[in-house]
Parts: sequence; C-alpha cells; structure tokens
Amino acid sequence: MSLSQSGIQDGVAALAADPRDRGGAGTPLLRVRGLIKHFGRKRGLLAKASPVVRAVDGVDFDVAKGETLGIVGESGCGKSTTARLIMQIIAPDLGEILFDGEAVGSVALDLTQFRKQVQMVFQDSYASLNPRLTVEDTVAFGPRVHGLRRRAAIARAHDLLDRVGLEPARFAGRYPHEISGGQRQRVNIARALALEPRLLILDEAVSALDKSVEAQVLNLLLDLKDEFGLTFIFISHDLNVVRFMSDRVMVMYLGKVAEVGPSEAIFSRPRHPYTEALLASMPSMDPDKRTEEAPISGDPPNPINPPAGCRFHTRCKMVATLCAHAEPPPHHVGGGHLAACHLADPRSGHPRLVAA
Amino acid sequence: MAAIAEPLAPAPARTSHGYWSGVAMRLTRDPVAMVALAIILAIVLAAIFAPLIAPAEPFRGSMIRRLKPIGFPGYPLGSDELGRDMLTRLIYGGRLSLFIGVTPVLCAFMIGASIGIFAGYLGGWINTLLMRIVDVFFAFPSVLLAIALSGALGAGILNSIVSLTIVFVPQIARVAESVTTQIRSRDYVEAARVSGAGAFTIVRVHVLGNVLGPIFVYATGLISVSMILASGLSFLGLGVKPPEAEWGLMLNTLRTAIYTQPMVAALPGMMIFLTSISFNLFSDGLRSAMEVKQ
Repeated sequence: MSLSQSGIQDGVAALAADPRDRGGAGTPLLRVRGLIKHFGRKRGLLAKASPVVRAVDGVDFDVAKGETLGIVGESGCGKSTTARLIMQIIAPDLGEILFDGEAVGSVALDLTQFRKQVQMVFQDSYASLNPRLTVEDTVAFGPRVHGLRRRAAIARAHDLLDRVGLEPARFAGRYPHEISGGQRQRVNIARALALEPRLLILDEAVSALDKSVEAQVLNLLLDLKDEFGLTFIFISHDLNVVRFMSDRVMVMYLGKVAEVGPSEAIFSRPRHPYTEALLASMPSMDPDKRTEEAPISGDPPNPINPPAGCRFHTRCKMVATLCAHAEPPPHHVGGGHLAACHLADPRSGHPRLVAA
Repeated sequence: MAAIAEPLAPAPARTSHGYWSGVAMRLTRDPVAMVALAIILAIVLAAIFAPLIAPAEPFRGSMIRRLKPIGFPGYPLGSDELGRDMLTRLIYGGRLSLFIGVTPVLCAFMIGASIGIFAGYLGGWINTLLMRIVDVFFAFPSVLLAIALSGALGAGILNSIVSLTIVFVPQIARVAESVTTQIRSRDYVEAARVSGAGAFTIVRVHVLGNVLGPIFVYATGLISVSMILASGLSFLGLGVKPPEAEWGLMLNTLRTAIYTQPMVAALPGMMIFLTSISFNLFSDGLRSAMEVKQ
C-alpha cells in the first residue's frame, strides 16, 4: 500500500499547480449527497402503479482531490448506476452532486464544463469503441467537439496513444477489431484522457481483461494518475484489485452505502458484517486456510422490494430483532471510517453489544 | 510504478482496412451475389445503351408481321401484337421499368431513413408518435395502398413513383428506427455524449456510419418489390401509358396473345422476374457480407 500512499502525495503536488482548482485542497473534488435513482417510476396521467427498482437509494460520499475511491459490492448493488448518475448519463431522481464545491448544472459549472473535467472508462472495451472509427479518430473526437482543429486533435491523440503505451505509428490507423482487448482498453483510457479531465471514473474497467493484461493496465492507470494529477473513482467487484488501487473504499449493498473508510481499515478491521462476509469470500492463497463454507449465502434480495430496517438483515449472521425494523444510520467509528450497522454504534441497543 | 512493458502483438506495417473493404471482399467471394450483380449490371447497361444495342426501332410496327414466334427471321424474340420487335422493346423497356422501380426506393430511402433515425435517436414521445403514424400505413397491404394512391393521384409515371414512395417510406422508417434505437444505447454513443458532443455531431459521426448499412441492405431488397409493384401499376393502366415500352405494360398488352404466342407473351414477365430476383439475391449477399463481425 506504500506505493499508492506516495501516489497521493505526488497527486497532491500536481493538484497544487492545477489552475482549474477552485475550492482549494480542503474541498472534496466530488461531493455526493442524498443521491436517489428509482427505475420504472412512471409519471403522468396514465401512469400505472408499476414496481420500482430502487437502484440507488440515498447515497452520500466524498472524493478528495488526488485520491482513489474504490467502490465494491455484488452485482446489482448500484455501483454502475452511481457512476452513470455522476456522469449525468442518467438523471437522478433526487440528490446533489457538487464538483469542486460547485453544483453540477449550475451557472458556475454548466454541463459542458463539468464534462470536460469528468470522464469515464467503460467495462466493455469493444462496445465502447465505434467500430467504424480508427483509433486516432476515436481519441481525437472529444477534443474536436470542444473546438480543436483536426490536425491539433490528431496530434493530441497520437501523444496520448504514446502515453498509454500504444505506438502511434502502428496503432493510430487501426480499427477496434484489429487490436486486442488490452489494447482496446488502452485506447478507451486515452479517449477519456483526451479532454484532460480531473476525475476519471473507471467502471469495471479492467474486469473483462485477463489477469496479466489487467496488471499492466492497472499499473498504467497508476502511472497516468501521477502524471496527470488525476482523481479516480474505481468501481470493481474484485476486492484484490480494489485494495491495490484504492486509498479509500466504499462498500455498497442494495443501493446503499454499507461501509466507507480508508482502504487499510476496511480490509483489516471491517465494521460491517457484509464487508466481513465479502472479505471472507476472497479465496485465500494458503491452502491450509481454504474457505470451508460460504461466508454469505443466497442472492441479494430483490431491489424492487428491499427488506425493511437494515437491508442486509436477511443474510446477516449477527441479525437481531432490532435490525428488521430500524435502519442503522452511518456511524463514525474513527479515522474517517463509517459503518451503517447497529453493531458499530454502542448506543444502538443491539443485543450482541450488551452481551459483550 | 514499474515501467509498462506490454508484449505488444507483432504488428506488421500493413495498411489497416476498414469495414467496407472487408464487406466488398466477402461479397466478391459470394458466387450467387456476383452472378446477380452481373445480371443487374447487364440489364442496366443494356438499358443505358439501348439505341446502340437494339436491332430495330421500338415504336415501328408492321401490321403483317404481328405476333411472330421466337426465332422468326428478323425478330430474334418474336414480335408483339402491333408487329414491333420484342427484343428491341424489352431492351428499351428496361429503361422505364428500372427507373420507376429504383426511383421510389431511392426517394423512400432518403425520407424514411431521416424519419427513422430522427425518431430513433430522440426516442420518447416523438418516437412513439412517428411510429404510430407508420403503423397506420402498415395496416394496408402495400399492393392495395399503391393502387389506391395511384388511383387517387391519377395515371402517369410521376404519380406512380410518388405513390410507391409513399408505400415504402414507412417500411424503411421502421427499420431505420429500430436499428438507431439499438445503436443509441451502445457504450460508444454514451462515451460520445459524456465527452460533451451535441446530438447532431453524435448522429453524424457515431450513428450514421453504423445504421446506414443495414438500412441500405433493406432498401436494396425493396427494389425487387418496387419493380413488381411498378409493373403491376402499369399492367393495371395506372402507370406508364402506351405506346411506351415498359415491361409491366407490355405484359398487359400481350395478355390477349397468351394462347397464340405464349412464349412471347411471357417474355416481359420473365424480365421482371429476372431483374427482381437478381436484386433480391444481391441484397441477400450484401446482408450476409455485412453481418460478419470483426
């Protein structure tokens, strides 16, 4: 973890020189408050009462300048929806997104300005490249949209391709189907960097790559982060990768934040039973410590009708009657570590706390 | 961090080929499509250079040499009910038949693709409204709709082209809409939106190149339908008028000779069949050449 620690310091040094900085080093680059997105809710006269999927149901978090926030959780927990909400690809039902202290979509920070500063790398490297455009045209598209002339945009594209490890002379004129998956994801990274963003959202960006290529792309991302003074939101279901990449980690469950805190604290002293179960489900490298029984069973409950109280109580080993009706608020457990569990709050009245 | 050392695939310095050159290559390897293309080209060239190729005058008849059989001296494919040379009239007929067969599809391609891409990209209630209007046209069989429109507009080449265009616009719009709706939700369109591009730029750069191909294939398939419908309108007296040479009209005027010279009477029908099946097979070949991914 010392590597990413030094990464923060380099990142902070790069940030100090960033003329686009408005709020100063103390203001989080991204602040999300009360983010809610329910799918399937119809409005209007002829609306029927249809089931509502609570994809993201009240999510709060901050991303500090120069850090990497990892977001983990099972499939369907709202990780990708959160990313798309931040990117303004889909509109939130409710909630506030502040970028460097300014509300997104306000007079001070309109959508065009916001989009120059926040970019995203998608999971499917092939689907996120237009099959009819060459690699250089794909990378140059963003700068051209923002008013750069074709020649200058192509020059920038070649420069970026070089930085992501693709020799422009060999790759610039190729089409997406002519290069490998790892190379395609490098092109996607170059495309995202072409607008010189400050925040890069990586939505399962390495999940579809095989392990050796994945490691190369992760190292590339860390190098680029230092070089460009970037801030990352790193979304993945792979806990090892998140641990390698992240300064802080946010664990999501059924559209809510279960636990958020420094990466070290989350992985060594998890305070939420869900996080514990996730960590226990990681395969051990030591054959003597093999996982004998599944630490967590079943699928997450249906987000159409999430359980009352704590959303995890249906699968939790520490469940008490309290959990079924009272929803635990996020509780500070020290060191910037928050856990939404009654066990984290000594005054919650959870029976196991009394017993201990 | 360690230096990046991805063992890059050995890439020979070859020129990259785009999607369309791949399609052309696969198409040339498809014997059926190539034969169909050759027939289409032969018919088109014959129609263009008709005055140079045709052995006789298309309108000069002879009352004493009416309805001669195929192979009659001076009449390689026989003569029609007014003693005009059939081969000459079939060659000249290709001009009008192709014109009134292809023009409506071209017009409908431009109008229908615009409507469909517009509706598909915008989505929402505009899409619903436009597609419900298209559904109204789908309620009528296309033959009936073409006849009704031609009847209402009056006989004539221009009117039959207009009515066939109206018949094909909804069909092409429907295909364009469904293809565009698929493309619109692709990650690369989303990535383009994220980079701040406007709707017009996204459609021009990212949507058009990916939807025009499938729409074009569908339109080539419609040419055969269009030729048959156009000939049908002429046959019913709603399209081309005598004494013009046009395959559908020739089929009509020769129908009285079906018992005396059945082979000669069937010739215009054979030409309609040959042309439309060639367009159909070519469009099939084009579709399979385009379907191959990567």
